[in-house]
This record gives sequence, structure tokens and C-alpha cells, in this order.
Amino acid sequence: MAHLIELRNVFKIYPMGDEQVHALDGINLTIDQGEFVAIVGSSGSGKSTAMNIIGCLDVPTAGTYRLGGVDVSTMDDDQQAEIRNKMLGFIFQQYNLIPKLTVLENVELPLLYAGVPAAERRERAVRSLERVGLSSKQKNLPAQLAGGQQQRVSIARALAGDPSVILADEPTGALDSRTGREVLGFLKQLNREGDTVVLITHDNSIATKADRIVRLQDGKIIYDGDAHDPRAVVQPGEAGEERAPEGAEQEVGA
Amino acid sequence: MNAGQSFRLAIKALTTSKMRSLLTMLGIIIGVASVIVILALGNGLQGMINEQVDKLGINLVQTTVYGRGDGTTMLLDPKDMEQLVEEHPDVLSGMSPYVGTVATLRHGDEKYDKTSMYGVSQVMFNNDTQATLNGETLAQGRFLSYLDVERRQNVCVIGAYLAQEAFRGEALGQTLSINGSSYTVIGVLDQDGDNMEEGGPNDLIYLPYENALELMGSRQVALYLFTSTSGDTAAQAKEIIDGMLFDFFQDEYAYYTTTMAEQAELISAMMGVAMAVLVAIAAISLLVGGIGIMNIMLVSVTERTREIGIRKSLGAKRRDIRSQFVIEAGTTSAIGGLLGIALGWLLATGVGSLIGASLSSQMGGATFSATPTFGAVAISFGVSVGIGVLFGYLPANKAAKLNPIDALRYD
Repeated sequence: MAHLIELRNVFKIYPMGDEQVHALDGINLTIDQGEFVAIVGSSGSGKSTAMNIIGCLDVPTAGTYRLGGVDVSTMDDDQQAEIRNKMLGFIFQQYNLIPKLTVLENVELPLLYAGVPAAERRERAVRSLERVGLSSKQKNLPAQLAGGQQQRVSIARALAGDPSVILADEPTGALDSRTGREVLGFLKQLNREGDTVVLITHDNSIATKADRIVRLQDGKIIYDGDAHDPRAVVQPGEAGEERAPEGAEQEVGA
Repeated sequence: MNAGQSFRLAIKALTTSKMRSLLTMLGIIIGVASVIVILALGNGLQGMINEQVDKLGINLVQTTVYGRGDGTTMLLDPKDMEQLVEEHPDVLSGMSPYVGTVATLRHGDEKYDKTSMYGVSQVMFNNDTQATLNGETLAQGRFLSYLDVERRQNVCVIGAYLAQEAFRGEALGQTLSINGSSYTVIGVLDQDGDNMEEGGPNDLIYLPYENALELMGSRQVALYLFTSTSGDTAAQAKEIIDGMLFDFFQDEYAYYTTTMAEQAELISAMMGVAMAVLVAIAAISLLVGGIGIMNIMLVSVTERTREIGIRKSLGAKRRDIRSQFVIEAGTTSAIGGLLGIALGWLLATGVGSLIGASLSSQMGGATFSATPTFGAVAISFGVSVGIGVLFGYLPANKAAKLNPIDALRYD
């Protein structure tokens, strides 16, 4: 069976003055259906660039990215939008709900852009809100909800389109630790129910909630494997020898 | 696809910041209101002119005879003109000489020396409209008959001023003296307009044209009024008359013929130009209004960069974002257009009734109503929506082309 996510020798290079910055420097990564993977790295490690490419918000400078068996690395703006709509559900640090729309309308948005008829759209959005336990708040505006509830609305929105991958970018970054744990528990539950979850974070303690950790440093993968392996959480730069197992460990979780 | 939601969002945005929305729409409101007022007033004027033309008859053809002016005594016999009518019954339906002067009238001890006297034939009275070719209607009695004219009877039809001043309303069958000759009143005209001054439009008298020529001591009829069989044959009538007159005078400057249809057309054309200029000036306001909308939409796109990023991340394509902002701009200007139409309607009705009151007293009771036509309203609305869409397109396109990563990062 083909991998759900498959990055082959992916580079992302930004020109900066006379120099070229390799935000991603030859990444090879595969993620399969039903996995719960955390992509970890400090700021500048390339994890945001990786998230943008996996999320089809950006295209690689070189290399190929296949999502669900389709090469999306050379798609244009609108084709990418369609792929995002069909295959991906985003959860952002700042929730990114549209303040003027009600909770229900926010959750309906991906279905709206998928061209789902109004009645079915409503029904699926309500069902999605039920999954996160917020169907009673559907007429509220996002600002009338607590932070944790807003994040659950954004999870409902991510689920509404029935995506292949849920992509969570620092989903607990704006929450207190208790609500953060709730949200993580929720992602875990979704994963148990069969959803593929990719979590992007800088925080090791959050990353360990995943089954598998991919650690990035300077645009390269320096660890890829079991989240419970002690080496997964060693801070990069603490020990130079961490680079050694890179090749050996790379495909462990795949 | 998301037109309904875009529309609802636009309404919501308009109602949450009312002051900003009003200022944005002001240009459109003023522009549309001016266009409506101008078109309504123009429409009213045109209606009034049409009414006048209908009253006088669209089939009226007027020929002025100057003669050759070289001292030769080439006198055109009115009978020759009558002959013309008999020869072309399919084009010409009648002819009346029209001899005008100011006469001195006496009744009892009173003397009236400012009365306009017109020598005409029975054709001057149109039996279809029951009015003279000048538009006057009869209050009492009858108009001159064929026999009155043929036999040069000493009979006359008088205007409302004389009937009231000289005869205290009991004029029929009474006599009055015109330049010394005695004439019997056989008809009285209705009062035309409010002016009952001596020498005014109601101070007039009609008598057979040959009597009038004699009283004036003249043999030259300078003006002939023809009626063509319809408005459509008026141009043909003019050709026939001019052809005959050229044969007679061998000089195209010895006469001049004009038709009512021609004149009405000329007035309409002039009014059309004047209106076009006024509308063009009002359109500048619409242009400024459109730029105002473009400005506020550019601000709106910047303010909502993050929203655009979110929508794009959820799968909105360029055309989705573009149509959202175009619909929003269109809605804004459409509402401005509706307000402008309402304002224009109010103004047109107000100004129209003021102008109507002053005009109708001057123009002999013609009615004036400044009502915008349905077409004018529909076009104004269409144009205001069009301007919104046109000027909203640039900001909308800017929004559509935003990079989702940059837009999501925007604060």
C-alpha cells in the first residue's frame, strides 16, 4: 500500500541577500494512514516550512511530495486549494476562526468550498460539532467561547471535511496546560478512531503524546522513531553524536 | 456557491459600521440621486412639450412667404394654395391663410386697441380636436364656417378677455366695430392660462382672412397654416408646398416652410443634448463614488488578510475569494444605489411640483410631472451595482492573489 504522505529528497531554499537559506535540506519522510506523528524542532529548525509543505500551503524548491499517492509538489495555487480542501484539516495555534461568523458557519467553511449543498453542509457541521461536544454553541460567535472551546471548534472545522490528514500546528500553544492536555487528549482520541494526525510543536512534553517523533534541526531530520525512545527527546545540540543514528533510525516508524 | 454568505457578510459589515458605510456610499447616493432628478425633470419637460405638440397637432405645417423683396409685385393668390390642397388630398388635408395684426375695436363707448386680430379660414379650426391650430377651444357658439370665409361675412370669434370686458360674458350675437366696420360675434374662446391682461394671450379675435386683409389695407398673405393628413406625411407636405412656391417665385429664399414634427424633433434633440451633458456631470459623481468604494475595499482586504488566509487554508480558490469581495463591493454600491434612487425620487417630486406650478401658469395650463421612468430607475440601479463590481474587482483580485502562508501569519 502506498504511503499517505511521502516526501522524497525535499529541499526548500530561500534566497536571503547573496546567500541561500536551506529551510529544508533534503528531507525524506513517510507517514502512513492512522499514524500519530509529532514533528519537533526548535525555532529555525525548518518545522514550519515542513508543515507548510505537508499542508500544501507551499511547494518544495526541489524533490517530490506525494499526498495520497498524488504528486502535489508542482501544483498551482488553485489545485493546492482543492487538495487542502479534500485531504487536509488544519488546527492552528491561534484557532484561526473567523470572528464574524458563528461557530456553525466556521465549521461549515471547508464544506462550503467543497461545494456541498446547504442542507448536507449544515448536517455534517453539526455532526462534527457533536464530536467535539460543542453542538450547543453552534449559534455563538467565536469570541463568546473560552480558548479551549475555540480550539475544539477549530478541530470540528478540521474534521468537517472528512480529511485524510489532520495537521495541528502548535495546537496547545495558546492554551493553559490543563486545556492543552484536553485538546491533546482529543487528538489522541481522534487518532484512536482512525484519523491520521500530524502534530507540529517545539515542546518535547507535548511531542511525547504522539506515537512517533520526527525531530528536525537545521532543515534535516535528526531523529525519526518511537516517541518513547529516550533519544527522541534529547535536546538537539546537547550532544553532537545525536546525528550519528540519523540514517539508521530514519524509517523506524514507517 | 458562497454568494449567499458573501451577501450576508456584506450586509453585516455595512450595519456594524454605519458611519463608514454611509460615507463609502455617499458618492454613489449623490450620483444616482442626481441622475434620477435630471432624468425625471427631463422626462417631465418632454411630456409637457409632447402635450403642447399634441394640442397643436403634429400634422401642422407652417409656411411663411417673404416674397422676392425686389420690388416686383408677385402676389401669391391664397386660392393657389387652396388648389394645392385639392390636388394632394392624400397628403394635405387643409389650409388656412394666417393674417395677423393689432386692431382697434370699439363696443359702445369702450375702445380696445391692443387686441390681436387674426384673419384665417375655417381650416383654422380642427374638427377632430375641437380646437384651433393654436390650441384654443370654444366656450360658446361656433368657429368661422366655409361660407363665412367664402362670402366674406362680417363675423368674428373673440377671446375670453373681450367676452368678459366688453360683453360681460353675453357676447354671442352682439356686434362690435373693427377699424370702423361692424362685426357680429359668432363664437367665444375658452380662457387660455391665467393671463387676462389687455393685449395678453386672451385678448384676440378671429375673422375671415379676406376681411382682415381689407381692414389692414394689404393684399399679401405672409403666413399659411397647412394640415397634413397625419404626422407622417408632414415632411411630404412640406416638399409639395416648397415645390409649388419655388415654381412660383423661382427663388428658394422667398418662402420658408416648417413642420410641427420637425420643430418637436428639434426641441427634443436639443433637450436630449442638454440632458446628456447634465447626466455626464452627474456621472462624475458616480465615478468618484466608485473610487470611494475601491478605496474602502482595499482597506477591507488589508484588514481581513488573516480571514483570507484562513479561507484559503480551508480550500477557498482564487475565484471564491474574488467573488466574495466583488459581491461585497456590489452589495455596498447597490444599497447606495437604492438610497440614491429614494433620495432622487423625493427630490424630483419636490422640485417637480415647484417647477410644475410655475411652468403651467406660463404655458397655458400644461401639466408637468417629474416622475422618474422605470427605465431610469432600473438603469441607475444597474449602473450603481456595475460600478461596485468594476471598482471592487481590483481589491478583490488583490485579495485572491494573497499567499495563504503570508496571510495566515498577518496580524
